[in-house]
Amino acid sequence: MKSTMGIILTECKNYDLKELSSVRPVASVPFGGKYRAIDFALSSMVNSGIINISVITKYNMRSLMDHLGSGKEWDLDRKNRGLFILPASEHPTESCDDILGPLYGNISFLEKSSEKYVLIIQGFAIYNMDFTPMIIQHIETNADITIACRDMSDFSLDERKLLGTVITGENGIITQYSENTQDTGYSFGPMGIFLLGREFLIDLLKGRISKPAETFNDIIAQNAGNLRIYACNFHGYWRPLSNIQLYYRTNMELLNPGVRQELLMNERKIYTKIKDDPPAKYNGDACVRNSIVAEGCIIEGTVENSILFRGVRVEKGAKIKDSLIMQESVIEKNADLQYCILDKEVTVSQGRTLKGEPQYPLVISKKTRV
Amino acid sequence: MAQKEIVALILAGGQGSRLGVLAENVAKPAVPFGGKYRIIDFALSNCINSGIDTVGVLTQYQPFELNKHIGIGRPWDLDRMNGGITILAPYMKTEKGEWYAGTADAVFQNIHYVDEMSPRYVIILSGDHIYKMDYNDMLEYHKEKHADATISVIDVPMEEAGRYGIMNTNRDGSIYEFEEKPENPKSTLASMGIYIFTWDMLREYLINDHLKSDTSHDFGKDIIPAMLKDKKRMFAYKFRGYWRDAGTISSYWESNLNLTEKNSGPDIYDPCWKIYSPDPAYPPHFVSDTGKVEKSVIADGCTIHGTVKNSVIFPGVTVNAGSVIEDSIIMSDTLIGCNTEICCSIIGENCVIGNEVKCGVGEFAENTYNPRIYNSNITVVGSNTIIPNNTVLGKNVVIGSFITPHDFETHYITSGGYVMKGGSNP
Repeated sequence: MKSTMGIILTECKNYDLKELSSVRPVASVPFGGKYRAIDFALSSMVNSGIINISVITKYNMRSLMDHLGSGKEWDLDRKNRGLFILPASEHPTESCDDILGPLYGNISFLEKSSEKYVLIIQGFAIYNMDFTPMIIQHIETNADITIACRDMSDFSLDERKLLGTVITGENGIITQYSENTQDTGYSFGPMGIFLLGREFLIDLLKGRISKPAETFNDIIAQNAGNLRIYACNFHGYWRPLSNIQLYYRTNMELLNPGVRQELLMNERKIYTKIKDDPPAKYNGDACVRNSIVAEGCIIEGTVENSILFRGVRVEKGAKIKDSLIMQESVIEKNADLQYCILDKEVTVSQGRTLKGEPQYPLVISKKTRV
Repeated sequence: MAQKEIVALILAGGQGSRLGVLAENVAKPAVPFGGKYRIIDFALSNCINSGIDTVGVLTQYQPFELNKHIGIGRPWDLDRMNGGITILAPYMKTEKGEWYAGTADAVFQNIHYVDEMSPRYVIILSGDHIYKMDYNDMLEYHKEKHADATISVIDVPMEEAGRYGIMNTNRDGSIYEFEEKPENPKSTLASMGIYIFTWDMLREYLINDHLKSDTSHDFGKDIIPAMLKDKKRMFAYKFRGYWRDAGTISSYWESNLNLTEKNSGPDIYDPCWKIYSPDPAYPPHFVSDTGKVEKSVIADGCTIHGTVKNSVIFPGVTVNAGSVIEDSIIMSDTLIGCNTEICCSIIGENCVIGNEVKCGVGEFAENTYNPRIYNSNITVVGSNTIIPNNTVLGKNVVIGSFITPHDFETHYITSGGYVMKGGSNP
């Protein structure tokens, strides 16, 4: 798919992961034991043969840039094309925080590229998707814009309110599009994945198609009749990390073999920054059940229904249940954790008990000593 | 090319013949080790962690896996504009092509490689050993002593000294005598096969050695004795720490299992001295509701539904429900079926072990295939082999690589038996 370039947007205004996203954009939130959220969009693109990928980022760039580096883990450290990290700059007129906003300052980059199509992704969701069928559909339907959509009935009504609605007419052409409210009776929604012609996108940004200050949302809503906007139906696993509940649930769903198989054990691998940790070590007293454990961990305690990220230490007598423990956290002797999310490098002192609720996991921010 | 103070040469042509099927298709330095590494990763990581960024790897025997593993040296940050890693394989010359006739000859044939960097010193390393060592400290010692050659030595128990090259030293650490596998050792300082030479001096000795006819072109047997004879300044540098040759089935098994102990084996968990290796990009491992892991080392990509005790499990291994793995090493991407018991065994990469298999049962018996190589309680299965359901393998059994169920004449291989391509002896 050398005809397509990729753009990943890292900001998403409505998404709030509390302490986790206060130090980093949602796209670089740690996920699934060794990944960052953006790895899923980025690896999906790479595995679909897209080799010109830019990541546009505005706030907290350091964490993301440190993670992406030269892009070598994704085979994107290339002479021709490869990975580009572009700063977002807004259009001088206000109200451009939808997907077009960050693109205004990068029109010259789009003009300089030679690919025929642009795949724009909001990097907040977890999935492992082959974009090839979407690109083929886009070409075959001669669409102006193709939006990846799916049946959202695997989300609760509350969760669906954040997901948006897409209503399609004949042949999957979109007649109505709303980004962040969902009609409760209708469960077909957009996934934050858009495919457009590169020239078409430039025209859109330059206001040749509609007024420049309009949001993408408005453009689609107002032009549903005269533009060819299609939905591409995706049937696989997809979860947006829109709030702490969904973040926690999505991580926990990895303990389900079907989900793990589709997301991680797939031929289309998810790549991430390499840390060169040694294999995980279980000492004699370790007791681990139904859990995911990354390399570099040393376990002497009890771990159940949990995910341990890279380099976590669980000391003797410590108990971890239903929790996410991020990189290099230390759970000291006889500490007891349930329904907790520990950000990176947290230390839980000896004998301390931390308990959250299944719907409201306790979030401990980075580098805290509890 | 900019001048380098020191260049490392890693001798990686070792056949590892005493590792049997484990090194049948790969050179010994490329034999998997410690749950995610290959043996040569220790020498390569030591180099980069010691600040040595110019490394020549001398290959000869079965270099494919090794070359693939090393690539352009990226995992060790040795993909560099200036210096970096270079694979030095034997090559054709105008008159004739020659294999490396010995360790010294291998370096002799690559004098031009070292000359290009015109280093002050070279360090000769073996790609066969498991240890963590700061070569800088050794270089400082070499400089301090104004030595022509410095040989790294380790204290071994007196009763084992006869198996090593022993350095007899004066009080100041200078070497007055070198004895290869002495019957009555005078000291317990065994050579680790790690040498620092002042390059100009070594260059001269290599050329002289090449011209001689009564030589085996070996560092230990020829170069070191010749230098001693000429009363060159040669010093023993004492290394204190974990060092293993892992050259036999039982020492290989033991040094892997050392990693499952609390404070034995090389400390691979030290963030200041990481051991690097190419990353297979597997997800973190998963232990299911029925899984149980005790005193073991488990790499990414594994799925554990059974019980794993006192074992080393490489990336991408699946252990299905009801199975028990004990005191064993399971290499990458191997699948263990249901209700299978594996004890005291080494299973190669990419194998499929069927359901209800028993591996490593019964009493020891002498191996009928090659008792010189297979002489312990350990049962060894080569790579890419399929063991059919309900098979029973005794102790000290060897199963070759690429064995299919058709190669099994019976489901019961008693202790000391074997199954190889084209023949078996249960």
